Amino acid sequence: MTERRAESATAVTLVLEVPEWPGHLAGQHVDIRLTAEDGYSTQRSYSIASAPDGTRLELTVQRVLGGEVSPYLVDELMPGDQLELRGPVGGWFVWQPEQQEPVLLVAGGSGLVPLMCMIRSRRAAGSRVPFRALYSLRSPAELLYGPEIRQGTPGVDVTHIYTREGPQQSVRPPGRITPDDLARHGWPPDFAPTCYVCGPTAFVEKAAAYLVLLGHDPERVRTERFGGGED
Amino acid sequence: MAIISRGFHGRRPPAGRKLPPGQYETTGFPVLSAGPTPWISTDKWELSVTTETGRRHSWDWTALTKLPSETPTADLHCVTKWSKFGTRWQGVSLDVLLADVETAAEYVLVSSYGGYTTNLPLEDLLDGKAWIAYGYDGRPLAPEHGGPARLLVPHLYLWKSAKWVHGLELRENDTPGFWESAGYHNYGDPWQEQRYRGD
Repeated sequence: MTERRAESATAVTLVLEVPEWPGHLAGQHVDIRLTAEDGYSTQRSYSIASAPDGTRLELTVQRVLGGEVSPYLVDELMPGDQLELRGPVGGWFVWQPEQQEPVLLVAGGSGLVPLMCMIRSRRAAGSRVPFRALYSLRSPAELLYGPEIRQGTPGVDVTHIYTREGPQQSVRPPGRITPDDLARHGWPPDFAPTCYVCGPTAFVEKAAAYLVLLGHDPERVRTERFGGGED
Repeated sequence: MAIISRGFHGRRPPAGRKLPPGQYETTGFPVLSAGPTPWISTDKWELSVTTETGRRHSWDWTALTKLPSETPTADLHCVTKWSKFGTRWQGVSLDVLLADVETAAEYVLVSSYGGYTTNLPLEDLLDGKAWIAYGYDGRPLAPEHGGPARLLVPHLYLWKSAKWVHGLELRENDTPGFWESAGYHNYGDPWQEQRYRGD
């Protein structure tokens, strides 16, 4: 690891220098293995946050309370430390610059990470495919990649959905994502966008069901869920 | 050679718990699917078995639930690394469903409502190793966990236990399913840690 960047009070981006990294697709993840001195080891998967960029790789990790691995990565791991990882993994929840259809990204909390990778990869590849993103988060304090999102990317519209507490100027009252949010800030189903939904299980269940209800073809709705376990 | 993670202590599984390599225990029941959860009414539900000669056998919900059922207790191992011990199911053994099916096929391609597929050798479905499960922990199986009915093959990684199971195609040749075509291992034995292609 060469660098760490705090993204919020509970999330950190780890910048890794990975010799022989073969490159990755936006949306893929890596498996990280931690090994204790007595040989005990355990693994978890983390989404890649950065666009393909040689041997440099960024992961954003959200600390899970009581977790076995994420608190170590967020609080303990320091620049200069080595990390064992395997990847890239995953061939379904991916966006590739050759795709021509509009894209809808729906993120719950740290589910933004692989979707941010898609936004960054779109920019890096010079794609002009229109993206819309709905980003659900509890409050402004949990915002990931704040400066970058505020700066914006031409062709990428990001709408924030605050579930508990919004900023003062926010018009929408705080609350969980609704079909109306998705209809208003997403794409009409006629445009046949590919939809990528990532977040905690309950969020993804709801958001994906709403998209189907609004008329999106279930085969165009790709999901990635986390949680339910402790870490 | 493993890299020692400075200052990492980790959490050991309780004594007596045997975890497959690279797995950790969870007491929750995480959900993993590639798309939206399909909602299938039991009025319209059907399971079919098609042999390599094209002979088709099918069961509607009433027919399935009238068959003798079993209540297996199983340990689940998901390729995303969680394992859950002692889960209690109700379902019909594949030995019962396949008893009158004449076949010389060696492979099965399983398909689900919603379009998911997975492949496995036929012998992994026989001899008390697999069920069409419709009950979980004393209740009807919830849609997000594969209800009304899912395949349950607990000795393989859980992606082989297709949720919302709809059809079994018996084949002479092995045909990779959804995750098997997307870089995951073709067989998926958790004790051999066969997660990805090439493991």
